[in-house]
Amino acid sequence: MAKNSARDIEITAFATHQIITQPNPLRSVLRRVEEKDMDDPIGRAEQALAGLAGEFKDWMATEINRLSAAYVAIRHDGFTKDRRDELFRAAHDIKGDAATFGYPAAAGIAESLCRVIEHAPDLEKVPAELFTHHINAILAIVHENTKLDSISVSAELGRRLRKVADDYLAHANRDRPEHLEVILAPSIAPAG
Amino acid sequence: MFRIDFNKLRFLVCDDNPHMRRILRTLLHSFGAREVYEAEDGATALEMYSHYVPDIVITDWAMPIFDGLELAQMIRQPESKGNPYAPIIMLTGHSEKRRVTVARDAGVTEFLAKPISAKGLYQRILNVVASPRPFIKTKTYFGPDRRRNINSAYMGPERRVGEKHEVLQQPSLLDKARSTI
Repeated sequence: MAKNSARDIEITAFATHQIITQPNPLRSVLRRVEEKDMDDPIGRAEQALAGLAGEFKDWMATEINRLSAAYVAIRHDGFTKDRRDELFRAAHDIKGDAATFGYPAAAGIAESLCRVIEHAPDLEKVPAELFTHHINAILAIVHENTKLDSISVSAELGRRLRKVADDYLAHANRDRPEHLEVILAPSIAPAG
Repeated sequence: MFRIDFNKLRFLVCDDNPHMRRILRTLLHSFGAREVYEAEDGATALEMYSHYVPDIVITDWAMPIFDGLELAQMIRQPESKGNPYAPIIMLTGHSEKRRVTVARDAGVTEFLAKPISAKGLYQRILNVVASPRPFIKTKTYFGPDRRRNINSAYMGPERRVGEKHEVLQQPSLLDKARSTI
């Protein structure tokens, strides 16, 4: 891909900032086409993604094993920054991936777990049950995915865990208004 | 209608999770991309960025040691020898307002919350290819213009000052009221 040379870049200076404009370096990859000639790249990609679905169960098993191992290490040896970060990343990956892999309820519970890890003022003081209930729920949803009534049981489990976690975080952060604001703020990210 | 010739684009994908890299690779190849380079951490991605000079970077946020936010900050160095202008799409499980703001202030061009979808990814790529924003350089920021839209109803102080941008005309409340009648 061709890049703009320095002389193509136009800089307009103001008192506190500069505005830098340049010809679109990616313009050559855009082609105007008639609607009838438009192919369907999104449909093609969705089909390709569906083609990976046979592997999702194994991938999810890898993710939950990683989450379990991260928490076992903490149970044995306590929280350190590295162990805390590994637990957070394992939960965070499940939060991001599980819906794609066909386990949306596990994603919701992983999100609740991430919030506990991120916003609890002192992880050593968090009741161990709060971690184990989240992790066990994720394991159960993944292991029993074909048996559980995933809409009612898993969703209800997720709602209750989220309520318990949020109540704990609200109480633990009652003297930290800046944290409370973050905890209570809704997501604003544009989804999919 | 516009079609993107993905086979002319070079992508750099950075995610520590091999499953997510596989998904991204599958989606990009399905769109038609041929050149997709992969890194599993920010440090490797930065090396690959210098070496392969990708057109578009897609990065996760949460990664060990050197995360996606730091990667964005390292790319957005206006004095660097490399290309500080490449579009950066942050694909992440983080979706809180605070996080989106932090990513924006690090120079991220587009934000895409997981779970990933083919449509969401395609739209972000189309945005960066078809509608690049000018770059802004201040004492504390270098990156794509964080103002995506001109808000004609904005009533606060102008935070960018100098020359014709020095004073933003603010309509009086009376004028505003008249315009709504």
